[in-house]
Amino acid sequence: MTYALQTTSLVKKFGGFVATNTVSLNVEAGARHALIGPNGAGKTTLINLLTGFLEPTSGEVILNGDKVTHLAQHQRVKRGLARTFQINRLFADLTVLESVVMAVNERLGLGARFWQSVGSHTAAVDEAVELLERLRLLDVAHETTRNLAYGKQRLIEIALALAAKPSVLLLDEPAAGVPTIESRELFETIAGLPREVTILLIEHDMDLVFRFADRISVLVGGAVLTEGTPEVIAHDPKVKEVYLGEAICD
Amino acid sequence: MIDLTPLTRATRWHPAELVFWLLPVAGYFLLQDNLVLLTQIAITALFCLSLDLILGFAGIVSLGHTAFFGIGAYAAGLMAAHGHGDPLLGLLVAGICAAVAGFISSLLVLRGADLTRLMVTLGVAMMLYELANKLTPITGGVDGLQGMEIQPLFGSFAFDMFGKTAYWYAVGVLFVMFVIARRLVHSPFGLSLKGIRQNVGRMPAIGAPVNARLAAVYTIGALYAGIAGALLAQTTQFVALDVLSFNRSAELLLILVLGGSGCLYGALIGTIVFMTAHHFLSDMNPEYWQFWLGLLLVLIVLFARDGVMGGVRRLGALSKGGAKA
Repeated sequence: MTYALQTTSLVKKFGGFVATNTVSLNVEAGARHALIGPNGAGKTTLINLLTGFLEPTSGEVILNGDKVTHLAQHQRVKRGLARTFQINRLFADLTVLESVVMAVNERLGLGARFWQSVGSHTAAVDEAVELLERLRLLDVAHETTRNLAYGKQRLIEIALALAAKPSVLLLDEPAAGVPTIESRELFETIAGLPREVTILLIEHDMDLVFRFADRISVLVGGAVLTEGTPEVIAHDPKVKEVYLGEAICD
Repeated sequence: MIDLTPLTRATRWHPAELVFWLLPVAGYFLLQDNLVLLTQIAITALFCLSLDLILGFAGIVSLGHTAFFGIGAYAAGLMAAHGHGDPLLGLLVAGICAAVAGFISSLLVLRGADLTRLMVTLGVAMMLYELANKLTPITGGVDGLQGMEIQPLFGSFAFDMFGKTAYWYAVGVLFVMFVIARRLVHSPFGLSLKGIRQNVGRMPAIGAPVNARLAAVYTIGALYAGIAGALLAQTTQFVALDVLSFNRSAELLLILVLGGSGCLYGALIGTIVFMTAHHFLSDMNPEYWQFWLGLLLVLIVLFARDGVMGGVRRLGALSKGGAKA
Protein backbone atom coordinates (compact mmCIF):
# COMPACT_ATOMS: atom_id res chain seq x y z
CA MET A 1 0.00 0.00 0.00
CA THR A 2 1.51 3.35 -0.95
CA TYR A 3 0.55 6.42 0.97
CA ALA A 4 0.69 9.89 -0.51
CA LEU A 5 0.39 11.64 2.81
CA GLN A 6 0.94 10.31 6.32
CA THR A 7 1.28 11.63 9.81
CA THR A 8 2.75 9.64 12.67
CA SER A 9 1.63 10.50 16.21
CA LEU A 10 1.32 14.15 15.34
CA VAL A 11 0.92 16.40 18.37
CA LYS A 12 0.43 20.17 18.52
CA LYS A 13 0.13 21.95 21.84
CA PHE A 14 -0.65 25.63 22.31
CA GLY A 15 0.50 26.19 25.87
CA GLY A 16 -1.49 23.64 27.86
CA PHE A 17 -4.11 23.13 25.15
CA VAL A 18 -3.68 20.07 22.97
CA ALA A 19 -5.06 21.02 19.56
CA THR A 20 -3.82 17.94 17.78
CA ASN A 21 -3.59 14.78 19.85
CA THR A 22 -1.39 11.96 18.45
CA VAL A 23 -2.98 11.95 15.03
CA SER A 24 -1.80 9.18 12.73
CA LEU A 25 -3.40 9.71 9.39
CA ASN A 26 -2.78 7.59 6.29
CA VAL A 27 -3.98 8.93 2.98
CA GLU A 28 -3.61 6.42 0.17
CA ALA A 29 -2.21 7.54 -3.15
CA GLY A 30 -5.07 8.44 -5.45
CA ALA A 31 -7.62 8.46 -2.64
CA ARG A 32 -10.56 10.80 -2.21
CA HIS A 33 -10.15 11.09 1.50
CA ALA A 34 -12.40 13.30 3.61
CA LEU A 35 -11.68 14.74 7.01
CA ILE A 36 -14.77 15.60 9.00
CA GLY A 37 -15.45 16.65 12.54
CA PRO A 38 -17.47 19.17 14.52
CA ASN A 39 -16.34 22.75 14.98
CA GLY A 40 -13.26 23.00 17.13
CA ALA A 41 -12.20 19.43 16.35
CA GLY A 42 -8.80 20.65 15.19
CA LYS A 43 -9.25 20.32 11.43
CA THR A 44 -7.68 23.65 10.64
CA THR A 45 -4.74 23.02 12.98
CA LEU A 46 -4.16 19.70 11.29
CA ILE A 47 -4.18 21.31 7.85
CA ASN A 48 -1.74 23.93 9.11
CA LEU A 49 0.56 21.19 10.36
CA LEU A 50 0.34 19.29 7.09
CA THR A 51 1.12 22.35 4.96
CA GLY A 52 3.88 23.68 7.21
CA PHE A 53 2.16 26.81 8.43
CA LEU A 54 2.65 25.40 11.93
CA GLU A 55 5.39 23.14 13.28
CA PRO A 56 4.23 20.17 15.35
CA THR A 57 5.23 19.76 18.97
CA SER A 58 6.09 16.15 18.14
CA GLY A 59 5.45 13.58 15.44
CA GLU A 60 6.15 13.55 11.72
CA VAL A 61 4.53 14.55 8.45
CA ILE A 62 5.44 12.28 5.54
CA LEU A 63 4.76 13.27 1.94
CA ASN A 64 5.19 10.60 -0.72
CA GLY A 65 7.47 8.68 1.59
CA ASP A 66 9.70 11.62 2.57
CA LYS A 67 9.70 13.36 5.91
CA VAL A 68 8.71 16.99 5.40
CA THR A 69 7.98 17.85 9.03
CA HIS A 70 10.44 20.71 9.17
CA LEU A 71 10.18 22.02 5.62
CA ALA A 72 8.74 25.48 5.00
CA GLN A 73 5.39 25.83 3.26
CA HIS A 74 6.77 26.76 -0.14
CA GLN A 75 9.19 23.82 -0.06
CA ARG A 76 6.31 21.41 0.55
CA VAL A 77 4.46 22.94 -2.37
CA LYS A 78 7.51 22.26 -4.52
CA ARG A 79 7.30 18.62 -3.44
CA GLY A 80 3.72 18.36 -4.56
CA LEU A 81 1.53 19.37 -1.62
CA ALA A 82 -0.91 22.16 -2.52
CA ARG A 83 -3.92 23.51 -0.73
CA THR A 84 -6.91 25.79 -1.03
CA PHE A 85 -8.17 27.99 1.76
CA GLN A 86 -11.49 27.90 3.55
CA ILE A 87 -11.79 31.66 3.10
CA ASN A 88 -10.55 32.95 -0.25
CA ARG A 89 -7.00 34.13 -0.18
CA LEU A 90 -6.60 35.65 -3.58
CA PHE A 91 -4.83 38.53 -5.26
CA ALA A 92 -7.58 41.11 -5.38
CA ASP A 93 -6.00 43.49 -7.87
CA LEU A 94 -4.47 40.98 -10.24
CA THR A 95 -6.41 39.56 -13.14
CA VAL A 96 -7.38 35.90 -13.04
CA LEU A 97 -4.81 35.10 -15.71
CA GLU A 98 -2.04 37.03 -13.94
CA SER A 99 -2.76 35.19 -10.69
CA VAL A 100 -2.59 31.77 -12.29
CA VAL A 101 0.45 32.65 -14.43
CA MET A 102 2.17 33.75 -11.23
CA ALA A 103 1.45 30.40 -9.61
CA VAL A 104 2.61 28.46 -12.68
CA ASN A 105 5.77 30.59 -12.76
CA GLU A 106 6.61 29.47 -9.26
CA ARG A 107 6.27 25.81 -10.13
CA LEU A 108 8.42 26.20 -13.23
CA GLY A 109 11.03 28.07 -11.20
CA LEU A 110 10.54 31.28 -13.19
CA GLY A 111 9.43 33.41 -10.25
CA ALA A 112 12.79 35.14 -9.87
CA ARG A 113 13.23 36.00 -13.56
CA PHE A 114 13.56 39.76 -13.63
CA TRP A 115 14.35 40.79 -17.19
CA GLN A 116 11.92 39.34 -19.73
CA SER A 117 8.27 40.31 -19.38
CA VAL A 118 5.69 37.97 -17.89
CA GLY A 119 4.05 37.50 -21.28
CA SER A 120 7.25 36.39 -22.97
CA HIS A 121 7.47 33.27 -20.83
CA THR A 122 5.06 31.47 -23.13
CA ALA A 123 5.31 28.02 -21.56
CA ALA A 124 3.90 29.36 -18.29
CA VAL A 125 1.25 31.45 -20.01
CA ASP A 126 0.07 28.57 -22.19
CA GLU A 127 -0.20 26.30 -19.19
CA ALA A 128 -2.16 28.91 -17.25
CA VAL A 129 -4.56 29.36 -20.16
CA GLU A 130 -5.06 25.60 -20.33
CA LEU A 131 -5.83 25.50 -16.62
CA LEU A 132 -8.34 28.33 -16.92
CA GLU A 133 -10.00 26.50 -19.77
CA ARG A 134 -10.27 23.35 -17.67
CA LEU A 135 -11.91 25.27 -14.83
CA ARG A 136 -14.13 27.24 -17.23
CA LEU A 137 -12.56 30.52 -16.21
CA LEU A 138 -11.30 31.50 -19.63
CA ASP A 139 -14.04 34.04 -20.27
CA VAL A 140 -13.02 36.02 -17.17
CA ALA A 141 -9.25 35.62 -17.68
CA HIS A 142 -8.65 39.35 -17.92
CA GLU A 143 -11.09 40.35 -15.19
CA THR A 144 -9.66 41.72 -11.96
CA THR A 145 -10.18 39.14 -9.23
CA ARG A 146 -12.05 41.50 -6.90
CA ASN A 147 -14.75 42.07 -9.52
CA LEU A 148 -15.76 38.42 -9.73
CA ALA A 149 -18.61 36.63 -7.97
CA TYR A 150 -17.67 34.52 -4.97
CA GLY A 151 -18.33 31.26 -6.78
CA LYS A 152 -15.89 32.20 -9.52
CA GLN A 153 -13.35 33.23 -6.92
CA ARG A 154 -13.62 29.78 -5.35
CA LEU A 155 -12.58 28.35 -8.69
CA ILE A 156 -9.53 30.62 -8.75
CA GLU A 157 -8.61 29.20 -5.34
CA ILE A 158 -8.58 25.76 -6.94
CA ALA A 159 -6.80 26.97 -10.07
CA LEU A 160 -3.98 28.44 -7.95
CA ALA A 161 -3.57 25.13 -6.14
CA LEU A 162 -3.67 23.09 -9.34
CA ALA A 163 -1.05 25.34 -10.91
CA ALA A 164 1.42 23.67 -8.55
CA LYS A 165 0.64 20.33 -10.27
CA PRO A 166 0.19 18.75 -6.85
CA SER A 167 0.37 15.05 -6.14
CA VAL A 168 -1.63 15.78 -2.99
CA LEU A 169 -4.32 18.43 -2.89
CA LEU A 170 -5.82 19.66 0.38
CA LEU A 171 -9.23 21.21 -0.12
CA ASP A 172 -10.35 23.18 2.92
CA GLU A 173 -14.12 23.48 2.58
CA PRO A 174 -14.00 24.31 -1.10
CA ALA A 175 -17.73 24.96 -1.28
CA ALA A 176 -17.91 27.23 1.77
CA GLY A 177 -20.00 30.29 1.04
CA VAL A 178 -21.01 29.10 -2.41
CA PRO A 179 -24.71 28.82 -3.32
CA THR A 180 -25.87 25.19 -3.58
CA ILE A 181 -26.25 25.14 -7.36
CA GLU A 182 -22.79 26.50 -7.88
CA SER A 183 -21.33 24.16 -5.29
CA ARG A 184 -22.58 21.15 -7.30
CA GLU A 185 -20.74 22.52 -10.28
CA LEU A 186 -17.67 23.10 -8.16
CA PHE A 187 -17.71 19.49 -6.99
CA GLU A 188 -18.15 18.23 -10.51
CA THR A 189 -14.96 20.07 -11.36
CA ILE A 190 -13.19 18.58 -8.36
CA ALA A 191 -14.52 15.10 -9.12
CA GLY A 192 -13.14 15.49 -12.63
CA LEU A 193 -9.57 15.89 -11.42
CA PRO A 194 -7.23 13.12 -12.56
CA ARG A 195 -6.95 10.14 -10.27
CA GLU A 196 -3.19 10.57 -9.78
CA VAL A 197 -3.99 13.62 -7.69
CA THR A 198 -4.68 12.49 -4.15
CA ILE A 199 -7.31 14.62 -2.48
CA LEU A 200 -7.80 15.29 1.19
CA LEU A 201 -11.08 17.11 1.63
CA ILE A 202 -12.26 19.00 4.67
CA GLU A 203 -15.94 19.66 4.40
CA HIS A 204 -18.94 20.45 6.55
CA ASP A 205 -21.58 19.48 4.04
CA MET A 206 -22.08 15.77 4.82
CA ASP A 207 -24.08 15.23 1.68
CA LEU A 208 -21.08 16.28 -0.40
CA VAL A 209 -18.66 14.26 1.70
CA PHE A 210 -20.57 11.03 1.33
CA ARG A 211 -20.99 11.45 -2.39
CA PHE A 212 -17.37 12.35 -3.00
CA ALA A 213 -15.15 10.48 -0.56
CA ASP A 214 -14.05 6.87 -0.67
CA ARG A 215 -12.48 7.09 2.77
CA ILE A 216 -13.40 9.24 5.77
CA SER A 217 -11.57 10.16 8.96
CA VAL A 218 -13.51 11.66 11.82
CA LEU A 219 -11.66 14.12 13.98
CA VAL A 220 -12.96 14.94 17.45
CA GLY A 221 -11.21 16.91 20.15
CA GLY A 222 -7.95 16.92 18.23
CA ALA A 223 -7.81 13.12 17.87
CA VAL A 224 -8.99 10.68 15.21
CA LEU A 225 -12.20 9.14 16.51
CA THR A 226 -12.52 6.63 13.72
CA GLU A 227 -11.70 6.03 10.11
CA GLY A 228 -13.28 3.97 7.38
CA THR A 229 -15.33 3.78 4.22
CA PRO A 230 -18.41 6.03 3.96
CA GLU A 231 -20.77 3.13 4.77
CA VAL A 232 -18.87 2.20 7.90
CA ILE A 233 -18.71 5.83 9.07
CA ALA A 234 -22.38 6.46 8.31
CA HIS A 235 -23.43 3.59 10.56
CA ASP A 236 -20.91 4.14 13.31
CA PRO A 237 -22.80 4.93 16.53
CA LYS A 238 -19.86 6.97 17.90
CA VAL A 239 -19.97 9.23 14.89
CA LYS A 240 -23.74 9.56 15.16
CA GLU A 241 -23.33 10.63 18.74
CA VAL A 242 -20.83 13.33 17.79
CA TYR A 243 -23.07 14.62 15.06
CA LEU A 244 -26.19 14.38 17.18
CA GLY A 245 -28.94 16.22 15.43
CA GLU A 246 -27.13 16.38 12.15
CA ALA A 247 -28.38 14.21 9.34
CA ILE A 248 -25.39 12.22 8.23
CA CYS A 249 -27.25 10.10 5.77
CA ASP A 250 -30.77 9.12 5.13
CA MET B 1 -8.19 31.24 -28.18
CA ILE B 2 -7.91 34.16 -25.86
CA ASP B 3 -6.18 37.43 -26.46
CA LEU B 4 -2.87 37.49 -24.58
CA THR B 5 -1.82 41.04 -25.40
CA PRO B 6 -2.59 42.37 -21.89
CA LEU B 7 0.37 40.30 -20.63
CA THR B 8 2.82 41.73 -23.15
CA ARG B 9 1.44 45.25 -23.30
CA ALA B 10 4.13 46.50 -20.95
CA THR B 11 6.92 45.59 -23.35
CA ARG B 12 5.84 48.40 -25.67
CA TRP B 13 6.21 52.02 -24.65
CA HIS B 14 3.04 54.06 -24.52
CA PRO B 15 3.22 57.35 -26.51
CA ALA B 16 2.59 59.27 -23.28
CA GLU B 17 5.76 57.75 -21.86
CA LEU B 18 7.79 58.98 -24.81
CA VAL B 19 6.34 62.46 -24.36
CA PHE B 20 7.20 62.29 -20.66
CA TRP B 21 10.85 61.51 -21.42
CA LEU B 22 11.03 64.48 -23.77
CA LEU B 23 10.35 66.72 -20.77
CA PRO B 24 13.97 66.66 -19.54
CA VAL B 25 15.12 67.68 -23.02
CA ALA B 26 12.60 70.50 -23.13
CA GLY B 27 13.54 71.46 -19.59
CA TYR B 28 17.16 71.83 -20.61
CA PHE B 29 16.38 74.37 -23.31
CA LEU B 30 13.55 76.22 -21.59
CA LEU B 31 14.89 76.41 -18.05
CA GLN B 32 18.60 76.99 -18.56
CA ASP B 33 18.77 79.09 -15.38
CA ASN B 34 17.28 76.36 -13.26
CA LEU B 35 19.48 73.44 -14.21
CA VAL B 36 20.58 72.93 -10.62
CA LEU B 37 16.97 72.54 -9.51
CA LEU B 38 16.24 70.21 -12.43
CA THR B 39 19.28 68.11 -11.54
CA GLN B 40 18.02 67.85 -7.96
CA ILE B 41 14.65 66.75 -9.28
CA ALA B 42 16.23 63.99 -11.37
CA ILE B 43 18.25 62.75 -8.40
CA THR B 44 15.31 62.81 -6.02
CA ALA B 45 13.20 61.05 -8.65
CA LEU B 46 15.72 58.21 -8.76
CA PHE B 47 15.73 58.08 -4.96
CA CYS B 48 11.95 58.00 -4.95
CA LEU B 49 11.95 55.26 -7.57
CA SER B 50 14.01 53.15 -5.18
CA LEU B 51 11.43 53.61 -2.42
CA ASP B 52 8.66 52.81 -4.88
CA LEU B 53 10.30 49.48 -5.66
CA ILE B 54 10.33 48.37 -2.05
CA LEU B 55 7.18 50.10 -0.76
CA GLY B 56 4.97 50.52 -3.80
CA PHE B 57 5.65 47.14 -5.36
CA ALA B 58 6.70 44.91 -2.49
CA GLY B 59 4.86 46.66 0.36
CA ILE B 60 7.86 47.05 2.69
CA VAL B 61 7.38 50.26 4.69
CA SER B 62 10.52 52.22 5.49
CA LEU B 63 11.21 55.38 7.43
CA GLY B 64 14.95 55.09 7.02
CA HIS B 65 15.52 54.83 3.31
CA THR B 66 18.12 57.62 3.50
CA ALA B 67 20.46 55.10 5.09
CA PHE B 68 21.26 53.78 1.61
CA PHE B 69 21.16 57.20 0.00
CA GLY B 70 23.69 58.39 2.57
CA ILE B 71 25.92 55.34 2.18
CA GLY B 72 25.99 55.92 -1.57
CA ALA B 73 26.73 59.61 -1.15
CA TYR B 74 29.59 59.03 1.29
CA ALA B 75 31.00 56.15 -0.76
CA ALA B 76 31.12 58.26 -3.92
CA GLY B 77 32.31 61.29 -1.96
CA LEU B 78 35.15 59.44 -0.28
CA MET B 79 36.24 57.88 -3.55
CA ALA B 80 36.40 61.29 -5.23
CA ALA B 81 38.11 62.87 -2.22
CA HIS B 82 40.82 60.21 -2.32
CA GLY B 83 41.78 60.41 -5.94
CA HIS B 84 39.27 58.03 -7.56
CA GLY B 85 37.17 60.68 -9.23
CA ASP B 86 35.77 58.75 -12.18
CA PRO B 87 32.04 59.38 -11.87
CA LEU B 88 30.84 56.04 -13.25
CA LEU B 89 33.25 54.06 -11.10
CA GLY B 90 32.00 56.10 -8.14
CA LEU B 91 28.40 55.24 -8.99
CA LEU B 92 29.23 51.57 -9.26
CA VAL B 93 31.08 51.40 -5.95
CA ALA B 94 28.40 53.47 -4.21
CA GLY B 95 25.68 51.22 -5.58
CA ILE B 96 27.48 48.09 -4.45
CA CYS B 97 28.13 49.48 -0.95
CA ALA B 98 24.49 50.42 -0.55
CA ALA B 99 23.32 47.08 -1.92
CA VAL B 100 25.49 45.17 0.55
CA ALA B 101 24.12 47.30 3.39
CA GLY B 102 20.62 46.71 2.02
CA PHE B 103 21.07 42.97 1.92
CA ILE B 104 22.40 42.85 5.48
CA SER B 105 19.66 45.06 6.88
CA SER B 106 17.01 43.12 4.95
CA LEU B 107 17.68 40.24 7.32
CA LEU B 108 16.54 42.50 10.17
CA VAL B 109 13.79 44.35 8.37
CA LEU B 110 12.04 41.22 7.09
CA ARG B 111 11.72 39.74 10.55
CA GLY B 112 8.80 41.82 11.67
CA ALA B 113 5.52 43.27 10.50
CA ASP B 114 4.93 46.88 9.44
CA LEU B 115 5.50 48.62 12.77
CA THR B 116 8.69 46.64 13.39
CA ARG B 117 9.87 47.52 9.92
CA LEU B 118 9.24 51.22 10.47
CA MET B 119 11.21 51.14 13.69
CA VAL B 120 14.08 49.03 12.38
CA THR B 121 14.54 51.14 9.25
CA LEU B 122 14.33 54.30 11.31
CA GLY B 123 16.81 52.93 13.84
CA VAL B 124 19.35 51.86 11.23
CA ALA B 125 19.22 55.30 9.58
CA MET B 126 19.63 57.04 12.94
CA MET B 127 22.66 54.95 13.81
CA LEU B 128 24.28 55.72 10.49
CA TYR B 129 23.55 59.42 10.95
CA GLU B 130 25.29 59.50 14.31
CA LEU B 131 28.14 57.39 12.97
CA ALA B 132 28.75 59.87 10.15
CA ASN B 133 28.43 62.68 12.68
CA LYS B 134 31.06 61.17 15.00
CA LEU B 135 33.55 59.98 12.40
CA THR B 136 34.62 63.53 11.60
CA PRO B 137 38.11 62.59 10.33
CA ILE B 138 36.54 60.46 7.61
CA THR B 139 33.21 62.10 6.86
CA GLY B 140 33.84 65.68 7.88
CA GLY B 141 31.00 65.41 10.41
CA VAL B 142 28.64 68.36 10.50
CA ASP B 143 30.92 70.37 8.22
CA GLY B 144 30.35 67.88 5.48
CA LEU B 145 32.73 66.00 3.24
CA GLN B 146 34.85 68.33 1.18
CA GLY B 147 37.68 68.13 -1.30
CA MET B 148 35.98 65.94 -3.85
CA GLU B 149 37.43 66.05 -7.34
CA ILE B 150 35.23 64.57 -10.00
CA GLN B 151 36.89 63.71 -13.26
CA PRO B 152 35.19 64.39 -16.59
CA LEU B 153 32.41 62.01 -17.55
CA PHE B 154 33.68 59.37 -20.03
CA GLY B 155 37.00 61.20 -19.75
CA SER B 156 35.75 64.06 -21.92
CA PHE B 157 32.76 65.91 -20.41
CA ALA B 158 33.97 68.02 -17.50
CA PHE B 159 31.48 69.05 -14.83
CA ASP B 160 31.01 72.74 -15.66
CA MET B 161 29.94 75.55 -13.35
CA PHE B 162 26.56 75.93 -15.13
CA GLY B 163 25.70 72.38 -14.26
CA LYS B 164 25.07 71.28 -17.85
CA THR B 165 27.11 68.08 -17.62
CA ALA B 166 25.72 67.38 -14.17
CA TYR B 167 22.21 67.73 -15.54
CA TRP B 168 22.63 65.34 -18.46
CA TYR B 169 24.54 62.95 -16.25
CA ALA B 170 21.76 62.83 -13.65
CA VAL B 171 19.00 62.58 -16.26
CA GLY B 172 20.90 59.89 -18.17
CA VAL B 173 21.44 57.77 -15.06
CA LEU B 174 17.80 58.23 -14.05
CA PHE B 175 16.65 57.11 -17.48
CA VAL B 176 18.82 54.01 -17.56
CA MET B 177 17.80 53.03 -14.03
CA PHE B 178 14.17 53.67 -14.90
CA VAL B 179 14.33 51.40 -17.93
CA ILE B 180 15.79 48.64 -15.76
CA ALA B 181 13.13 49.14 -13.09
CA ARG B 182 10.46 49.10 -15.77
CA ARG B 183 11.62 45.71 -16.99
CA LEU B 184 11.86 44.47 -13.44
CA VAL B 185 8.28 45.31 -12.46
CA HIS B 186 6.85 43.71 -15.61
CA SER B 187 8.84 40.50 -15.19
CA PRO B 188 7.73 37.37 -13.32
CA PHE B 189 9.77 38.67 -10.38
CA GLY B 190 7.80 41.93 -10.42
CA LEU B 191 4.54 40.01 -10.62
CA SER B 192 5.50 37.93 -7.61
CA LEU B 193 6.20 41.15 -5.67
CA LYS B 194 2.70 42.37 -6.46
CA GLY B 195 1.43 39.02 -5.24
CA ILE B 196 3.35 39.43 -1.98
CA ARG B 197 1.99 42.92 -1.45
CA GLN B 198 -1.58 41.88 -2.14
CA ASN B 199 -1.62 38.64 -0.19
CA VAL B 200 1.56 37.67 1.57
CA GLY B 201 -0.17 34.71 3.25
CA ARG B 202 -1.05 33.06 -0.03
CA MET B 203 2.38 33.24 -1.64
CA PRO B 204 4.03 30.33 0.24
CA ALA B 205 1.01 28.23 -0.73
CA ILE B 206 1.81 28.69 -4.41
CA GLY B 207 5.43 27.77 -3.73
CA ALA B 208 7.00 31.24 -3.61
CA PRO B 209 9.89 31.87 -1.20
CA VAL B 210 8.57 35.16 0.16
CA ASN B 211 11.54 36.22 2.25
CA ALA B 212 14.05 35.58 -0.52
CA ARG B 213 12.02 37.75 -2.89
CA LEU B 214 11.68 40.53 -0.35
CA ALA B 215 15.38 40.44 0.47
CA ALA B 216 16.14 40.67 -3.25
CA VAL B 217 13.92 43.69 -3.85
CA TYR B 218 15.13 45.39 -0.69
CA THR B 219 18.70 44.95 -1.89
CA ILE B 220 17.81 46.32 -5.33
CA GLY B 221 16.01 49.27 -3.71
CA ALA B 222 19.10 49.97 -1.61
CA LEU B 223 21.26 49.85 -4.74
CA TYR B 224 19.04 52.41 -6.45
CA ALA B 225 19.10 54.67 -3.40
CA GLY B 226 22.89 54.38 -3.21
CA ILE B 227 23.26 55.44 -6.82
CA ALA B 228 20.95 58.41 -6.21
CA GLY B 229 23.07 59.42 -3.22
CA ALA B 230 26.24 59.11 -5.29
CA LEU B 231 24.72 61.31 -7.98
CA LEU B 232 23.99 64.00 -5.42
CA ALA B 233 27.53 63.85 -4.04
CA GLN B 234 29.13 63.95 -7.47
CA THR B 235 26.99 66.70 -8.96
CA THR B 236 27.35 68.98 -5.93
CA GLN B 237 30.93 67.85 -5.14
CA PHE B 238 30.00 67.88 -1.49
CA VAL B 239 28.36 65.52 1.00
CA ALA B 240 26.38 67.13 3.82
CA LEU B 241 25.47 65.16 6.93
CA ASP B 242 21.89 65.90 5.94
CA VAL B 243 22.00 63.04 3.38
CA LEU B 244 21.30 60.72 6.31
CA SER B 245 18.68 62.88 8.02
CA PHE B 246 15.27 61.61 9.06
CA ASN B 247 13.69 64.54 7.24
CA ARG B 248 14.87 63.22 3.94
CA SER B 249 13.31 59.80 4.55
CA ALA B 250 10.01 61.30 5.62
CA GLU B 251 9.95 63.72 2.71
CA LEU B 252 10.59 60.86 0.32
CA LEU B 253 7.63 58.94 1.68
CA LEU B 254 5.51 62.05 1.24
CA ILE B 255 6.65 62.46 -2.37
CA LEU B 256 5.81 58.86 -3.19
CA VAL B 257 2.34 59.07 -1.66
CA LEU B 258 1.80 62.33 -3.50
CA GLY B 259 2.74 60.83 -6.83
CA GLY B 260 1.10 57.46 -6.30
CA SER B 261 3.01 54.45 -5.04
CA GLY B 262 3.06 51.16 -6.90
CA CYS B 263 3.49 52.94 -10.20
CA LEU B 264 6.93 53.91 -11.48
CA TYR B 265 5.70 57.16 -13.00
CA GLY B 266 4.07 57.98 -9.68
CA ALA B 267 7.53 58.28 -8.15
CA LEU B 268 8.75 60.52 -10.97
CA ILE B 269 5.69 62.75 -11.18
CA GLY B 270 5.43 63.00 -7.41
CA THR B 271 8.99 64.27 -7.33
CA ILE B 272 8.37 66.85 -10.04
CA VAL B 273 5.21 68.14 -8.37
CA PHE B 274 6.72 68.18 -4.89
CA MET B 275 10.02 69.81 -5.79
CA THR B 276 8.34 72.41 -7.97
CA ALA B 277 5.78 73.20 -5.27
CA HIS B 278 8.57 73.32 -2.72
CA HIS B 279 10.52 75.72 -4.95
CA PHE B 280 7.67 78.15 -5.45
CA LEU B 281 6.13 77.91 -1.99
CA SER B 282 9.44 78.47 -0.25
CA ASP B 283 10.02 81.47 -2.56
CA MET B 284 6.67 83.02 -1.73
CA ASN B 285 6.60 82.13 1.89
CA PRO B 286 10.09 81.24 3.09
CA GLU B 287 9.13 80.73 6.72
CA TYR B 288 5.85 78.94 6.52
CA TRP B 289 5.99 77.00 3.27
CA GLN B 290 5.73 73.72 5.09
CA PHE B 291 2.22 74.70 6.11
CA TRP B 292 1.07 74.57 2.50
CA LEU B 293 2.93 71.34 1.91
CA GLY B 294 1.21 69.82 4.93
CA LEU B 295 -2.17 70.96 3.67
CA LEU B 296 -1.46 69.48 0.26
CA LEU B 297 -0.52 66.17 1.83
CA VAL B 298 -3.66 65.98 3.99
CA LEU B 299 -5.87 66.78 1.00
CA ILE B 300 -4.20 64.15 -1.12
CA VAL B 301 -4.49 61.41 1.43
CA LEU B 302 -8.13 62.28 2.10
CA PHE B 303 -9.36 62.79 -1.43
CA ALA B 304 -6.91 61.14 -3.82
CA ARG B 305 -5.60 58.08 -2.03
CA ASP B 306 -3.52 56.85 -4.91
CA GLY B 307 -1.88 60.18 -5.61
CA VAL B 308 -1.47 62.07 -8.86
CA MET B 309 -1.18 58.92 -10.95
CA GLY B 310 -4.37 57.55 -9.41
CA GLY B 311 -6.13 60.73 -10.45
CA VAL B 312 -4.71 60.41 -13.97
CA ARG B 313 -5.96 56.82 -14.18
CA ARG B 314 -9.44 57.83 -13.05
CA LEU B 315 -9.53 60.65 -15.60
CA GLY B 316 -8.42 58.17 -18.26
CA ALA B 317 -11.21 55.77 -17.28
CA LEU B 318 -13.73 58.63 -17.34
CA SER B 319 -12.71 59.79 -20.79
CA LYS B 320 -12.83 56.21 -22.09
CA GLY B 321 -16.29 55.80 -20.63
CA GLY B 322 -17.26 59.13 -22.19
CA ALA B 323 -15.98 58.04 -25.57
CA LYS B 324 -18.07 54.87 -25.41
CA ALA B 325 -21.24 56.74 -24.42
